[in-house]
Amino acid sequence: MKKGWLTKRRKDNLVGILFALPWFIGFAVFTAYPIIASLFFSFTEYHVTLPPKWVGLENYIKIFKDYLFTKSFYNTLWYAAGLVPIGLVVGLVLALLLVQPLKERSFYRGMIYLPSLVPYYAFAAIVLWFFNPYFGIVNGLLSYLGINGPNWTSSEKWIKFTIVLAAQWGAGTTALIYMAAINDIPKELYEAAMIDGANRWQMFWKITFPLISPATLYYLIIATIGAFQIFDMPQIMTNGTGNPANSSLSYVMYLYRQAFRYTNMGLASAMAWILFLISLGLVILIFKTSARWVFYGTER
Amino acid sequence: MRYRSKRLHKTLYLQTMRALLIFVTILYMLPFLWMLSTSLKADQDLYLFPPKFIPIPPVFQNYKNATEYFPFFRYFGNSLIITFGTVVGTLLSCPLVAYSFSKLRWRGRDFFFYIMIGSIMLPFAVTMIPQFIIFKKLGWVNTFLPLIVPSFFGTPLYIFLLRQFFQTIPDELLDAARVDGASEIQIYSRIMLPLSKPVLLLIMLFQFLASWNNYLGPLIYLTDEKKYPLSLGLPQFLNRYGTHWNWMMAAGTISIIPTLIFFFFAQKYLIEGIKLSGIKG
Repeated sequence: MKKGWLTKRRKDNLVGILFALPWFIGFAVFTAYPIIASLFFSFTEYHVTLPPKWVGLENYIKIFKDYLFTKSFYNTLWYAAGLVPIGLVVGLVLALLLVQPLKERSFYRGMIYLPSLVPYYAFAAIVLWFFNPYFGIVNGLLSYLGINGPNWTSSEKWIKFTIVLAAQWGAGTTALIYMAAINDIPKELYEAAMIDGANRWQMFWKITFPLISPATLYYLIIATIGAFQIFDMPQIMTNGTGNPANSSLSYVMYLYRQAFRYTNMGLASAMAWILFLISLGLVILIFKTSARWVFYGTER
Repeated sequence: MRYRSKRLHKTLYLQTMRALLIFVTILYMLPFLWMLSTSLKADQDLYLFPPKFIPIPPVFQNYKNATEYFPFFRYFGNSLIITFGTVVGTLLSCPLVAYSFSKLRWRGRDFFFYIMIGSIMLPFAVTMIPQFIIFKKLGWVNTFLPLIVPSFFGTPLYIFLLRQFFQTIPDELLDAARVDGASEIQIYSRIMLPLSKPVLLLIMLFQFLASWNNYLGPLIYLTDEKKYPLSLGLPQFLNRYGTHWNWMMAAGTISIIPTLIFFFFAQKYLIEGIKLSGIKG
């Protein structure tokens, strides 16, 4: 009997891989293969029913000449430029309010966090009516202040901003992350600063903001990747049209349309790969610059 | 004197904060109150300018009309089946993998762990098309399977969270069991899982929300209206009857009741849990 083959080492390796097997299979089938396959499809003409036909770079050339591609790309940059910084400020301000030592603060926390759980498929409809230019409550309230509210949901100029604004009802999640980071800051730092005569504004910029920078890094990565994939809100609000005049059409909306409305799987795969490279580039960029502004405490 | 003015200053500061918080809370509730108010309005009261907030008398007929065209319970049932399936899959697969990545030693473990972390950031759009083609070839399009089955193969984010928690459990505890001759599967099921109930609950809640709120997945895979979950049913109602804003808002109100119930039960765990997940690591 050859007992020598299954050494302790080999047995450990085997057990380890067996436990991780679900992920290995899932990763191979649902992640690794699709990444490679979509790269391959991106060089083909592929409509699902017939096998893919090699066309070289044609999809990439076609896509950069496509008006709607450019438009949806521009719109997505617009969304990201709005969503990421505004979401950061709103989340941080909410967190600063919610950590105040008020006895009923858990009530505020709950009520501000609750909207972030409401699914977009319900919230999109609410937003359409809430911001309705003629009969919505927003313009109704603005009219009491003597302001003629804009056409939030029906004008090319405002629709993207309305979507960015509406997304702030989901800022509770960011606020929670910042709250945890703020609570981790040692109280002695503020006491010392107070003795030195610092005011709250100075304390925020010199103590709070640097010490919560790891949370900011986390937020920036998650929010940037998320913003580039914006889909649900504009898709549901406009029934997939990207109205008015394609001004709300996002990148993934257009990708979805190419893939599942027109079954241009090749072209859509090219779009998917462009998105992949952009996301990868952005993550690397954020990480690279983070060495300069993220402050990891020296202790621990 | 100086002491008193300082205290006064502090009270004033806190009261300002309280006022701001009350304002923000109202702001965050406003769209939902407006929805509720609209859902009880008579048709002719919809198009008033400036709008009125309190519907007198409340028109409950809207809810009846909405449910006539909006088979809430069918959509709700479909959502429930899909969500339940993914929660089961998540609970079966993720802790198993996390155990391997935290408490077992094997070659290449850390390498694959970093690959897994990297894949958290991968946009769904990148893998969506080949995934669709796989499921199409399996003949699973227009069934719940493409929405449920992937969860049985682990979700990187949850595996990561579980691993972070598992690492806090001392190795000595497991080694003692190993010395007593327990197999890894016994250690996993009798020691690790019972010790991890809070974090298992947390990923259960996360997965519930992710699946319940998922829109793009069902949109790709489900074409038969009978199989629609709420995420497709409600937008369809919006497209067909969206101009009947009082019905629409009634349907919306009904649709978020499950979320409200979920919130009241899960609030504490979620608020604590997101703090954990957002920061550590």
